Amino acid sequence: MSYFPKWKIVVVVLVGLLGFTFAAPNLLSREHADRLPSWLQPVSLGLDLQGGSYLLLEVDTGYVVREQISGLVESIRTTLRKEKIKYSDLGVRGDTVSVRILDVEDRERAGTLLRKIDISADLETKEDGLVQLRYSEQAIHKRKLSAVEQSLEIVRRRIDQLGTREPSIQRQGEDRIVVQLPGVKDPDHIKSLLGKTAKLTFHLLDDSVSAEEAARGRVPPGSMVLPGAEHDRGQPEQYVVRKRVEVGGDMLTDSSATYSEGRPVVSFRFNAAGAKKFGDATRDNAGHFLAIVLDEKVISAPRINEPILGGSGIISGSFTLQQVQDLSMLLRAGALPAPLQVLEERTVGPDLGADSIRAGAIACIIGLILVVITMLVVYGSLGMLADLAMVFNLVLLLAALSALGATLTLPGIAGVVLTMGMAVDANVLIYERMREEQRNGRTLMSALQAGYDRAFGTIFDAHVTTLVAAALLFQFGSGPVRGFAVTLSLGLLASLFTAVLVNRMLVVWWVRWRKMKTLPLA
Amino acid sequence: MQLIDRFLPHGTNFDFIRYRLIAFGITAVLILGSITVIVVKGFNFGIDFAGGILIEAQAVEGKADLHTMRTSLATLNLGEVSLQEFGTTGRDVMIRIQRQDGGEKAQMDALGKVKDSLGTGYTYRRVEIVGPKVGDELVRDGILAVVLSLAAIAVYVWFRFEWQFGVGALVSTFHDVITTFGLFALTGLEFNLTTVAAILTIAGYSVNDTVVEYDRVRENLRKYKTMPIYDLLNLSVNETLARTILTVTTVFVTVLALLFFGGEVLRGFAIAMLWGLIIGTYSSIYVAMPMLIYFNLRNGKDREKDADPTATQRP
Repeated sequence: MSYFPKWKIVVVVLVGLLGFTFAAPNLLSREHADRLPSWLQPVSLGLDLQGGSYLLLEVDTGYVVREQISGLVESIRTTLRKEKIKYSDLGVRGDTVSVRILDVEDRERAGTLLRKIDISADLETKEDGLVQLRYSEQAIHKRKLSAVEQSLEIVRRRIDQLGTREPSIQRQGEDRIVVQLPGVKDPDHIKSLLGKTAKLTFHLLDDSVSAEEAARGRVPPGSMVLPGAEHDRGQPEQYVVRKRVEVGGDMLTDSSATYSEGRPVVSFRFNAAGAKKFGDATRDNAGHFLAIVLDEKVISAPRINEPILGGSGIISGSFTLQQVQDLSMLLRAGALPAPLQVLEERTVGPDLGADSIRAGAIACIIGLILVVITMLVVYGSLGMLADLAMVFNLVLLLAALSALGATLTLPGIAGVVLTMGMAVDANVLIYERMREEQRNGRTLMSALQAGYDRAFGTIFDAHVTTLVAAALLFQFGSGPVRGFAVTLSLGLLASLFTAVLVNRMLVVWWVRWRKMKTLPLA
Repeated sequence: MQLIDRFLPHGTNFDFIRYRLIAFGITAVLILGSITVIVVKGFNFGIDFAGGILIEAQAVEGKADLHTMRTSLATLNLGEVSLQEFGTTGRDVMIRIQRQDGGEKAQMDALGKVKDSLGTGYTYRRVEIVGPKVGDELVRDGILAVVLSLAAIAVYVWFRFEWQFGVGALVSTFHDVITTFGLFALTGLEFNLTTVAAILTIAGYSVNDTVVEYDRVRENLRKYKTMPIYDLLNLSVNETLARTILTVTTVFVTVLALLFFGGEVLRGFAIAMLWGLIIGTYSSIYVAMPMLIYFNLRNGKDREKDADPTATQRP
């Protein structure tokens, strides 16, 4: 009965080889490991161990929808004016845009025109020439989705421009973005850059009313009041600006920080379409003022002296060099479709991470030593075999973490320590079973066989129930806790393998080699 | 091998089940007590759940001046601010600031104020900010994870055994989870995401223990068809006693290693695990097992067919 199937030996040896191969890079220093192929890398450490910053951002998708609706209102206004159709009551109620067409004979023509403005909006005609436009759920959902996709791209571009090491930018859920920045000690600058939508637009000033009149509530339709960005430094507090966008930042091809008259300024260049629009706007409105609006604030509003046809220009204001660099970077990366909000931030300094690694490693080693001693004292030579199997288990766990690209976190280290305890449990179950079988009068090999066979069901059930808890932890946990769930799960799987196969193989060999007649287990 | 027998007794014949009423009393007191403490005292939620700011600051030179820090932070009107020195050098301070009114941005602004106020004399080893939205979601996810894992464990045991065992596992695991909650409410230990991880691990460990014993009960039910359930349960506990002792010992020493050497962040986790280990072992023997007495375990029709032909009647 001392037979241990050949194929099982092959499996153990193969898994062992794979395990040692994948675990090996962890022994190398960072520089050496970098030279290895990407599939053979040491386990990646979570931000709580290597230090870095984790940011959870949320895209304000409601803003996109509001913006789309107000854009629709402006298009309706422009269209109806251009076609000389009389209307009243143009406005938004909830998510519905409504307008009343006054002349009966215009109504049909107006309907056709309005329908053409945005085909994704549903149009409804009511009594008395009232027309209502509303976006369908689907259209809104699609708009939100694309806003999130776009934001993800912009965030990626902005962070790439900052040149941080191995950033990870991922979408999470419906409207969230997770940014992980290893090695970043102070994310304040990055946060402030991500907090800006950087939406640049050029508008004409509305000089039909003064800012004072507008402040008293007399804002002409089609215009709006915007604050000055630097109103505490001699700039007017408010501007009355036409809502119509002459040119937008989306038509920029390049932007950089430079100096003009000794002061830092941002220079920009439009693409062909933008250059034409910019040229037309400056030609048709010579003598008027052109407001440069960034994120709903007027940076400056210079007078248009002559048409600007080259498609490039500068933005000046009372900027510091840093501000100019940031702004030109933001303009290069593009505007966010909607503002981002930081929901959660977790930053760990590199030395705390190093301390955590040290503490975790010490806990692991001491835990390991204690378990090894306990098993040795209780089971003697068989205890040593169980210890060997456990070490093998740890190697496999490390290999699995490395090969799967899983992240080791501080709670993950706790998972490793716990795995040692649990892995030994499987061997305890087996050995106790063997003891019992031997006492019941079985021969050595038959007791051995029965021990493994009968304990297996128990071990399996015990592992699966813990795996269930770990799986749910993974599903509902976040960040470091997920790391714990991963190590615990992998550790349990590895222990199922080592306790049932590896340890058994070792015990069979041991018993044969020492030519034992009875188990050294009482 | 004399040593092993001294450590791991076999053939013991303790009458565990006899004390079941006392055990049920203790269990009831533990559960009701825990619920009472939770309701009356509540938890000391960490920022994961409550939202707010946690800063681990380290003085660049010399010891941290808690008094000055406290007075300068008090002028910021950030609500409840707690400072706590930790570590051995006297340079490290943990600053906790309650969740600020006014949404996500208010939290970020508050952090800026704190950093400005403390100035350049400190480096920030750890900064965590959790806004109200995420805090609420983490609470929801935490509750879901605990409830679902209890349910999933019960269902698994039900499928692998019989429904009676499923009920027993559910009750004993619930007992472990609720008393761990109780421990945190009673001691005021910080309750955070790692605590939830600890609680789920405890649930996993405790059911592991229960399953090992139930497995033996099932085996013995097939082996000894006429033995009274009372004796059979006692026999099963006694037969698995050696394993229980040894496993508890090994897990115990590893958790001790975590507690003493794992560092600040894992301390709460280790304490919870230590408690869970004790309570989980207790509940497997004194809650999960005696409960089976009140179910008619020999009712299943498959029992006769499954009998193990090699089994010998125990003398």
